[in-house]
Amino acid sequence: MTATDLLVVRGLVAGYGAAPVLRAIDLTVPAGTIAAVVGANGAGKTTLLRALSGMIRPAAGQVLLAGEDLRGTPVEQLVRRGMAHVPEGRGVISELTVDENLRLGGLWRRDRADAGRALDEVYQLFEPLARRRRHLGHQLSGGERQMLALGRALVGRPRLLLLDEPSLGLAPRVVARTMALLRQLRDRTGLTVLLVEQNVRSALAVADQGVVMSLGRVVIAAPAVQLRDDVDLRHAYLGF
Amino acid sequence: MDRFVFLTVDGLSRGAVYAAFALALVLIWRAARVVNFAQGAMAVAAAYVAFTVSTATGSYWLGFVVAIVAGLLLGALVDRVVMRHVDHASPLNPVIVALGLVLLIQAVLGMVYGNEFRPAEAPLRRSALTVGGFAVLSPYDLFVFATIGVVVSGLAWLFARTPVGLRMRAAAFAPEVSRLLGVNVGGMLTLGWALASGVGALAAMLVLPTELGLHPHAMDLVFVSAFTAAVVGGLDSPPGAVVGGLVVGLLLSYVSGYAGSDLTPLAVLVLLLAVLLVRPGGLFAPVVARRV
Amino acid sequence: MSATRAALPPRHQLAEAGRPVDRPRGSTLLRHLAVVLAAGLLLVAVSYAVEPFRNFQLATVAAYLCATAGLTVLTGLNGQLSLGHGALMATGAYTVALCQNAFADRGMTGGWLLVLSLGAAIVSTVAVGAVVGVAAARLRGPYLAGVTLAVAVVVPALAVTFDGVFNGEQGLSVPVEPPPLALGPYFPYERWQLWLTGAATLLALLLLANLIRSRYGRTFRAVRDDEVAARLAGIHVARTQVLAFVVSAATAGLGGALLAVLALSVSPGAFSLTLSLFLLMAVVIGGLGRLAGALWGAILLVALPDLTHSVTELFTLSPAVAQRLEGNLPLAIFGVTLIVVMIAAPGGVQGLLSRLGRRLRARRS
Repeated sequence: MTATDLLVVRGLVAGYGAAPVLRAIDLTVPAGTIAAVVGANGAGKTTLLRALSGMIRPAAGQVLLAGEDLRGTPVEQLVRRGMAHVPEGRGVISELTVDENLRLGGLWRRDRADAGRALDEVYQLFEPLARRRRHLGHQLSGGERQMLALGRALVGRPRLLLLDEPSLGLAPRVVARTMALLRQLRDRTGLTVLLVEQNVRSALAVADQGVVMSLGRVVIAAPAVQLRDDVDLRHAYLGF
Repeated sequence: MDRFVFLTVDGLSRGAVYAAFALALVLIWRAARVVNFAQGAMAVAAAYVAFTVSTATGSYWLGFVVAIVAGLLLGALVDRVVMRHVDHASPLNPVIVALGLVLLIQAVLGMVYGNEFRPAEAPLRRSALTVGGFAVLSPYDLFVFATIGVVVSGLAWLFARTPVGLRMRAAAFAPEVSRLLGVNVGGMLTLGWALASGVGALAAMLVLPTELGLHPHAMDLVFVSAFTAAVVGGLDSPPGAVVGGLVVGLLLSYVSGYAGSDLTPLAVLVLLLAVLLVRPGGLFAPVVARRV
Repeated sequence: MSATRAALPPRHQLAEAGRPVDRPRGSTLLRHLAVVLAAGLLLVAVSYAVEPFRNFQLATVAAYLCATAGLTVLTGLNGQLSLGHGALMATGAYTVALCQNAFADRGMTGGWLLVLSLGAAIVSTVAVGAVVGVAAARLRGPYLAGVTLAVAVVVPALAVTFDGVFNGEQGLSVPVEPPPLALGPYFPYERWQLWLTGAATLLALLLLANLIRSRYGRTFRAVRDDEVAARLAGIHVARTQVLAFVVSAATAGLGGALLAVLALSVSPGAFSLTLSLFLLMAVVIGGLGRLAGALWGAILLVALPDLTHSVTELFTLSPAVAQRLEGNLPLAIFGVTLIVVMIAAPGGVQGLLSRLGRRLRARRS
């Protein structure tokens, strides 16, 4: 592990009930980079994110965030350690307004002034949200929900952003915009992103590192460029 | 006419109390998806504590405050010690546990205080003031309206305008997501129980002087009326609970005034059945009903 | 699915038999008859062996057993929670009181009149049960609990509302004929009571046990387990639920009527909300859906107050304190037991409740 590795996962085993879904995952994400975890349905991608953010308790292994062991940290504390998790289906609370959803992302922060600034920044970043402040979550379009979920995570000024299937159910144009935004955030604020995706092409297009999972294991972790451009690797691990 | 005005005011005064009690039911229903069948018993317990304090100190108001505090604590206690450990996989489990609490609380009250009625004093005159020949409001009615008004608007403010209220709503609607956003969901749940139980205790303090007095079972019928009020409004809707409470209060007052007070329990039952059979979601059911 | 089904205890067995039932296919009716006859003979033997007070207590157990057996069929087998069975018992009790008084006022005598009154009690409770049942079949979870709770609170209050008929809090006396002279001049009254209630209860249990084993019993369970699947299988869900409620009401009414006959009086105080909660507790602790569980529950209902009485007698207490303790300690114990069973040892109860949960969820979607 180097000083620049923000997230280090060693031998992580986790699952639901008796059968582990994840079998000894090893993973390193350097600070200020985007890692894309790809793989077929049921490879354990979502389970990996859930185990990282403590929503399921790992059976074995270690998760280090900036060198700190996260074992035993309650879920609600992780955001205070700088980890934001946008869950599957985005987790927009449909009974709350856009503004309430966003503010919720910064409520835990002691520094109220900066939380306010972060909120303003998110509104600047996502123009449509600013126009729909008072609308309820369930009145939003899929793209707006995506913005809301991302924006809500950003209000907490995370160091590490876990994103579960951001492209799911979105038009290609919206997906492209989302991916471009992630890269922009990485470059401008040094945000580190761990992205889980079915949409391999767009994920690898934006990522620095590609991680291919299959049946609960990491089968290969390589620079995204290499996975994208090396035909043999692509055939072997991604099937296209 | 005179009588109608009197019955209306009386009905609104009762209805205000039902509204508060129904609101407490709705609070817990929204937060925990539990209809707290023990709420009546818990509220009576708090009222007994107030009774003890008032008798010992001679101060009604001290007892009043103590009742609310006792209600808050009891609510938190019930959540932490009992409800937190109930498997909510079946909606029947919390119902049965709450009924066990009813038995336990009423039994303990009976052991400590006995199963006879104790006088519950009203802090203010209950006879109506006359305005221009009309007997309109009693000072006690005014006190009830003011107190409930403060509580309802206070709760509305808390939930709509404060960070804690936002956390509580978020925790109720989406516990998992809320945890990811740093909300202490368990704490919010306990807070919800405490608040609801505190409001219930307050409602009991307000309604008991207008009833037969203090008794372990004194809130049984009030609970049924308030449950009806909550159902009339739709269990998910706080404003609905308030309106439902007023509706039930008025109905009971008219039935009792024009048809005889003995018929009020029957009227509650008929109303409850009618609403559930005709509009099970309540009169104010939101368009998007949340599935449990 | 199959695993949970296998884990469930055999639900259809007579309490007294205690042997597995998925055995010979022969004649269920005959087998149940044999069990009931054996239980009846045992009861007669016991009635001679124990003192009159115990006879009376056993008779009370029998009366409660009617109600708990009916409730366990409703909640355990059909998945409907009722907090209103105390009120249904009150219906039966008041009917029997009114009938017996009417007969006595007209100077009619004869042991068979009691049978007529009990029949009337069942009929009137069936009518009330049908009304509640039709409503219940449309209601779910907490709503059903709330409505039946309202029934439990409101119905006893009606005795005061219509005190011209029901004589308010005082209640009514229930004139019952002494034992027939054929049994001899010194036949203890309590033994007669046990015979009477025992016979009625065994008959009710026989009918219930057969119902459970019949096509109807299977539809009860099918509706409980999965409403959608039951409907797809051609079962009329609402009708099945109403039928279950009516059957359950009939036995509750009989139980209430028997209690009234035993006590020789009825009053609203005897049929409070607490009674309804007691009944629910009895079937939950006894094991939902099992007639044997209903028996244990009924025994508990009679034995626990008796036990706490004995315990409080051990201590020298002032009469006032002793009275408070005696009246309330059983309630407290019941309440704690209910909570603890639901939290710590849902074991036998749990499998069924999760089915109820599935059913409730299935209904919503």
